Amino acid sequence: MNHFPQAWGRPRDDVYGQYNPSYLPQSHGGTQQPITHTQSPIVTGTSVIAIKFKTGVVIAADNLASYGSLARFTDVHRLKHFNRKSVVGVGGDVSDMQYLDRLLKSLDVEENYSTGSHTAEESETDPAMMGANNLHTYLSKVMYKRRSDFNPLWNALLVAGLDEKNKPFLASADLLGTTFSGPTMATGFGAHLAQPIMRRIVPDEAASQQLGREEAVQAVRDCMKVLFYRDARSMPEYSIAVIDEKGVELKEKEVLENQSWDFADKIRGYGTQTV
Amino acid sequence: MFRNNYDNDSVTFSPQGRIFQVEYAQEAVKQGSVVVGIVSKTHAVLAALKRNAEELSSYQRKIIPIDTHYGIALAGLASDARVLSNFMKQQSLSSRLTYDRPILLSDITSRIGDRAQTNTQSYGKRPYGVGLLIAGVDAKGPHLFEFQPSGVTQEMVACGIGARSQMARTYLERNLDSFEDSSREELIKHALRALKDSLSQDKELTVDNTSLGVSGVDEPFKLYEGQEISSWLETTFENRPEGQDGDSMAVDS
Repeated sequence: MNHFPQAWGRPRDDVYGQYNPSYLPQSHGGTQQPITHTQSPIVTGTSVIAIKFKTGVVIAADNLASYGSLARFTDVHRLKHFNRKSVVGVGGDVSDMQYLDRLLKSLDVEENYSTGSHTAEESETDPAMMGANNLHTYLSKVMYKRRSDFNPLWNALLVAGLDEKNKPFLASADLLGTTFSGPTMATGFGAHLAQPIMRRIVPDEAASQQLGREEAVQAVRDCMKVLFYRDARSMPEYSIAVIDEKGVELKEKEVLENQSWDFADKIRGYGTQTV
Repeated sequence: MFRNNYDNDSVTFSPQGRIFQVEYAQEAVKQGSVVVGIVSKTHAVLAALKRNAEELSSYQRKIIPIDTHYGIALAGLASDARVLSNFMKQQSLSSRLTYDRPILLSDITSRIGDRAQTNTQSYGKRPYGVGLLIAGVDAKGPHLFEFQPSGVTQEMVACGIGARSQMARTYLERNLDSFEDSSREELIKHALRALKDSLSQDKELTVDNTSLGVSGVDEPFKLYEGQEISSWLETTFENRPEGQDGDSMAVDS
């Protein structure tokens, strides 16, 4: 008989055989690894930028998924459209983006069943259709839930589109569940490089209500170019979407035009140049 | 010994294809006092006759506001209605919390419909003994839904359930065409008149035994009771005998 305290309450080895410790944590002789959560993103997308204009929103993100500093995948579409009113732009971990995409798909199915629109035309004009604001609230709750589980979705999101009243809507949510909104928004490096440029054109809400669609698209394209010039995790092929009352116009194979690298040889302080 | 071998639980069909427990639950709805609901293009109105167990007791609550945009009126077991209304309040709140939008009336109605139906399909459970009218305004405009213990739900233009509600429904059917374009005040009067028609000879509508729930486009659901409805009762039944009128008004003074 084994009288050691660690054997108390355990099945007797001589009767039942060796106790199977495989479910126990390593500290108790088991083989089970401790539960681990994402400590850092692995395959990542860089900035997402967006501007509100008079009747809608423009949003853009490049098509690159980096593995560290390696440009690993060059055809990853980081703008996800949801019904005909909203587009979600995703920066950060790409696998978490794919999870969110599946979440959006199932939400879309749920929505189309529950609102009780029976025909395609009916659902086109459905006054109860989820607006971008509703989608943003939902996503921000998902992000906050996951961070509260200490298992965050390692993303920064921009939700762009029209709200319930068909007014332009733009807001962000990040891995902490923090939300912001504004007439111009940018995640990641874009917050440093693109946001000041966009704010020069659209300093406040009133200015965005004066801004035309063409100017907004041009401003976003200009910002994408600056981002490619200065963000080392970016590429010249990008996706751009315009959402207004006509619906979502999403282009996923845009290429930066008229690049000029003249400024490059004047840059000092990096790499091998000796002033 | 038994009147009926097939009414012991709600999972057994009778040879005629009936489920007696569900039918008994529907009888419970008919025992409850009458409630009426009407919708127009702009408003949804609920009207209910409240009963008191005895002279000295208070009146049973018949209309329950659920969310700012809608409420329910009940006929049948009040305690079952409380369970359902608590569930509806939770669902409505969670819609506002997770999506920042008021829940659709069609949505919440089918959710309680599903819940009620599962009760009729498992051993050891019983159907809810309450019928509900769900009225309010959502993103798709004003709506009125009827809910039955069997889990059946229907969208209605006008509806009355509860004791002697056939008389109310007759009034509603007779005036069906006028509801759609009715104003708020006209709709309230129609609801009160329908309610009045279902009363027995010796009873009448007073500020104590009547409640009204009104909601409209850009008007949150509000419950009106007591002195708040006295002017509606007066203008709706102007030609009522003087003596009775005085009686009913004197109660609160």
